[in-house]
Amino acid sequence: MIASLARELLTSLRTALEALGAYTLFGLRLVAETPRALLRFGLVVQQIHNAGAHSLVIIMMSGLFVGMVLGLQGFDLLERFGSEESLGTAAALGLLKELGPVVTALLFAGRAGTALASELGLMRATDQLAAMEMMAVDPVRRVVMPRFLGGTLSMPLLAAIFSLIGLFGAQLVGVQLMGVDSGQFWSQMRGAVEFGDVMEGVLKSAVFGVACSLIAVFEGYHSVPTAEGVGRATTRTVVISSVVVLLLDYMLTAVML
Amino acid sequence: MRLRDVHFSISRRAIFSGVDVDIGRGSVTAIMGPSGTGKTTLLRLITGQLLADRGLVEVEGRDVATMSRPEIYRMRRRMGMLFQNGALLTDLNVYENVAFPLREHTTLPERLLRHVVLTKLHAVGLRGAWHLMPAELSGGMARRVALARAIVMDPELLIYDEPFVGLDPISMGMILRLIRRLNDSLGLTSIVVSHDVREISAVADICYLVSGGGIVASGPPARLAHSEQEEVRQFMHGLPDGPVPFHYPSPDYESQLRQVPA
Repeated sequence: MIASLARELLTSLRTALEALGAYTLFGLRLVAETPRALLRFGLVVQQIHNAGAHSLVIIMMSGLFVGMVLGLQGFDLLERFGSEESLGTAAALGLLKELGPVVTALLFAGRAGTALASELGLMRATDQLAAMEMMAVDPVRRVVMPRFLGGTLSMPLLAAIFSLIGLFGAQLVGVQLMGVDSGQFWSQMRGAVEFGDVMEGVLKSAVFGVACSLIAVFEGYHSVPTAEGVGRATTRTVVISSVVVLLLDYMLTAVML
Repeated sequence: MRLRDVHFSISRRAIFSGVDVDIGRGSVTAIMGPSGTGKTTLLRLITGQLLADRGLVEVEGRDVATMSRPEIYRMRRRMGMLFQNGALLTDLNVYENVAFPLREHTTLPERLLRHVVLTKLHAVGLRGAWHLMPAELSGGMARRVALARAIVMDPELLIYDEPFVGLDPISMGMILRLIRRLNDSLGLTSIVVSHDVREISAVADICYLVSGGGIVASGPPARLAHSEQEEVRQFMHGLPDGPVPFHYPSPDYESQLRQVPA
């Protein structure tokens, strides 16, 4: 009983280590290919459009609602201490440092990450990647790299838009609905939020961008070329991305605080 | 091109154990055999997508196993391959699909590139369909676009993987005529993997019959058609039972019927 449990644990550990190794090697290959891929920036721009622009609506709507909830909850909490004029500061710090990067990354994994993984998986299942190989075109260079870079560059931009719209939502509820003074809302925010706070959010979203894009292209590119395999790759993309984003968020917060 | 004593296995299951094949310049060679005998695997060995466990796979005097990745890519630039389902890039239209290898490997001015692409599309009869997306094409049209893409770099070797699967008789006839016409007019060497005996016999110069991990027969199609060898007869005449059994290995029929499911 204990022996079989230990064997199972060892097998799981070995599988996890193998997966980590495969991810590392694939990631290193992508890093090595980056300078060459940037030379064909048109392909990257196309993928920024696919991953970024197509995610705009969901990011903006989510940002607005998250900001509005933050406005309501923040007002309720701060009112108890008689400091509701600090709502702007609380909303800005919450959005820029935490909610903006994290929620954007989770939404990105669900919207753009799954699209990337399923697209690459279907390209493998329908022999499009094999056809490229036969045309002496490296699929990693031609297909994977632009998608990886497009996703990576989109994430900080999307997180910035999320935070801006979120601030607008918090202001809408706090100032327009709950009656917080508009001048106090903005001036306290300007006074309290520092450049370092903004950079913390930018750094987090950049790291999440690399992680989510790497997971999506890895899972899609290595998917089993069947309908079930593509479906599994898509699911794994969302699950792994979500867990990794939350884990990285804790680690980055712990380091930067 | 030649293969000598090629052994290859996947997950300890032997696919080939000692295959010898010779493909002469300028010929149309058919690789035939029942489903699952490794015909496509043979193509992948020739194109360097897979490496043999043992034996020699030689293309233009060079052993594929000793080639580096850039050398394999250079070799593939002189090859064209038509995949079973066409494998067109679904986000590009017909014109861009055919132009794809040229855009990747050359710096031709747009005017010249357009000229080459339209010439190749004209050769397969689809010049007027240049603007269509792959989803708008029938199976036969997709196969012909893929053929135009395969010849756009003027390859020396053209490989067809099951080019007749799922085609209606008209489309099949078109592809058959194109195989022979392109081979002769462009001076190509062609390899066709198929199990459509009648069709492929009409255009092939020499046929190899793959079965049971090796080549069971080879020669001109007419000779294979009159072969007395049992395996060859079964395949060439489509006999349901023979060396390739109709039934998958099964337990005793009656005892299996009597068995109460758990």
